[in-house]
Amino acid sequence: MDLLNAIVVLLNFVVIPAASYGAQLALGALGVTLIYGILRFSNFAHGDTMAFGTAIVILVTWAMQAAGIGLGPLPTALLALPFGIAATAALVLATDRVVYRFYRRQKAAPVILVIVSMGVMFVMNGVTRFMIGVDEIRFEDGARFLINATEFRKMTGLKEGLAFKTSQALTIVTAVIVVAALFWFLNRTRTGKSMRAYSDNEDLALLSGINPERVVAVTWIIAAGLAVIAGTLYGLDKAFKPFNYFQLLLPVFASAIVGGLGNPLGAIAGGFLIAFSEVGLTYAWKKVATYVLPESLAPDGLLQILSTDYKFAVSFALLVVVLLFKPTGLFKGKAV
Amino acid sequence: MSSTQNPWQEDRGNKDRSITRPGGSEIIDPETGHEAHPAPGTPFLLAENMTGGYGAADILHGCTLKVEKGQIAVIVGPNGAGKSTAMKAVFGMLKLRQGRVVLDGKDITHLSPQDRVAHGMGFVPQVNNVFPSMSVEENLEMGAFLRRDDFRETMEQVYDLFPVLKEKRRQPAGELSGGQRQQVAVGRALMTRPKLLMLDEPTAGVSPIVMDELFDRIIEVARTGISILMVEQNARQALEIADMGYVLVQGANRYTGTGQELLADPEVRRTFLGG
Repeated sequence: MDLLNAIVVLLNFVVIPAASYGAQLALGALGVTLIYGILRFSNFAHGDTMAFGTAIVILVTWAMQAAGIGLGPLPTALLALPFGIAATAALVLATDRVVYRFYRRQKAAPVILVIVSMGVMFVMNGVTRFMIGVDEIRFEDGARFLINATEFRKMTGLKEGLAFKTSQALTIVTAVIVVAALFWFLNRTRTGKSMRAYSDNEDLALLSGINPERVVAVTWIIAAGLAVIAGTLYGLDKAFKPFNYFQLLLPVFASAIVGGLGNPLGAIAGGFLIAFSEVGLTYAWKKVATYVLPESLAPDGLLQILSTDYKFAVSFALLVVVLLFKPTGLFKGKAV
Repeated sequence: MSSTQNPWQEDRGNKDRSITRPGGSEIIDPETGHEAHPAPGTPFLLAENMTGGYGAADILHGCTLKVEKGQIAVIVGPNGAGKSTAMKAVFGMLKLRQGRVVLDGKDITHLSPQDRVAHGMGFVPQVNNVFPSMSVEENLEMGAFLRRDDFRETMEQVYDLFPVLKEKRRQPAGELSGGQRQQVAVGRALMTRPKLLMLDEPTAGVSPIVMDELFDRIIEVARTGISILMVEQNARQALEIADMGYVLVQGANRYTGTGQELLADPEVRRTFLGG
């Protein structure tokens, strides 16, 4: 019984939150890694792209709620998602046209593009705040829980409850579908293959007649889609606040780099690795330990390795370790 | 290949900006743009009086190359003679101040390299000539990117020519040996069904056995009616299979003749073939 209780606690406080957070990071990191693989720079504006897209999703959600449109138990934001993606894709394509294309034509060094993307980041940041404000916004509606803690206790007779939020389940399911679709696209379709070819060897891709501008445009659209989906899922799971999305940039980049920049599989693995490390290292293990260990060994302290305030330090530390010992990332991406 | 490279550095493309230089030669006539003009009564490929270089200084000085249909032409010469440069000029990768390039009776001097591919030129760069993370089959598919028709037949022909590629078609091209990678590179270029195939030192860095094998394959390709223009370091072996040989020195034609003539010429033997 104690062991079951321990497992439930672990699921409730570590596995489920980390899995959904990991899925969010993975989706974000996929966008970063695609941009890196094709456009050859680290897009610092990705966090704010997520924020912008989510802001649009929220505005459309409000409009739908006012009009009485909903999805029943599922959050209305899902219906608003396509609008958010369309608006964000339009924004990044316009940005590419106005800003990035110029530097691409100059064959600018990647580091210059990184700085350029920081400029874009500040602009997007401002636009988002101007549009929707800086406050925390909760826009989740529909059924809040898939499994409720009290009901779970009653049902199983265990002392510990298990809560599984709709948004968490949705995150994991959506992430699986999106990742499967993305891999299918990259590995099976002509356009997807041409993107990989362009990422592999730009000059040879040109010789083969692949149109670089088209590849770039498709990349931006996919990256925008991934960013908005990741941002919306994160907002549903936690809450929307522009500054948090800006901060999310660090774990997202850490995921992409730890997995190997330019390698989509690495981005996913990196996302989950970062998420589980963050949650695992900042979780107070006392409860689990009390259940598992014999009474004489029961811990006095909280068994929390780091305060939750330090969760970003975990991403940083992992990032530094990987860069020191395996600069191309765990899955052999391109070097940073 | 990648293991010996510094992981901190970037690695992509073959570092030859001229490949992607939009607009082809510098002497573009705005009126003609990307159109090819008929130029009747010339050999299958005629690159005439080419003069030009990458920057201010000319590398080629009135170099002329001709390839007849289904024949193999080889460019040999000492290091720095402008062999690769001459081939790149034929492919539109550098400025020509003078001269013209005619393919199959059409003047293509004003076309960009990409447009020349569409007009029937296939080019195999010396290095970085495959998509390393993509499978052999995907490499061939990318070679056929411009084609909208069914290219499976061409792919089968490539597999017939290089049976080892069929065996390894699911394997990433970057994991193959040097000789196999060259076969992928040639196969990729063949996927557009070119009329002229240009090979920049196809045997660089492969063992003598693989080199002989590659030359045999190149002869087979030529027998299917595809003209071949090739730059080679291994001058003697290359001239043996050549219908036409060009010895370039300092960007100009020094000796021209059939492969056998050049091999028999005591002057050529003494100066370029080591006796």
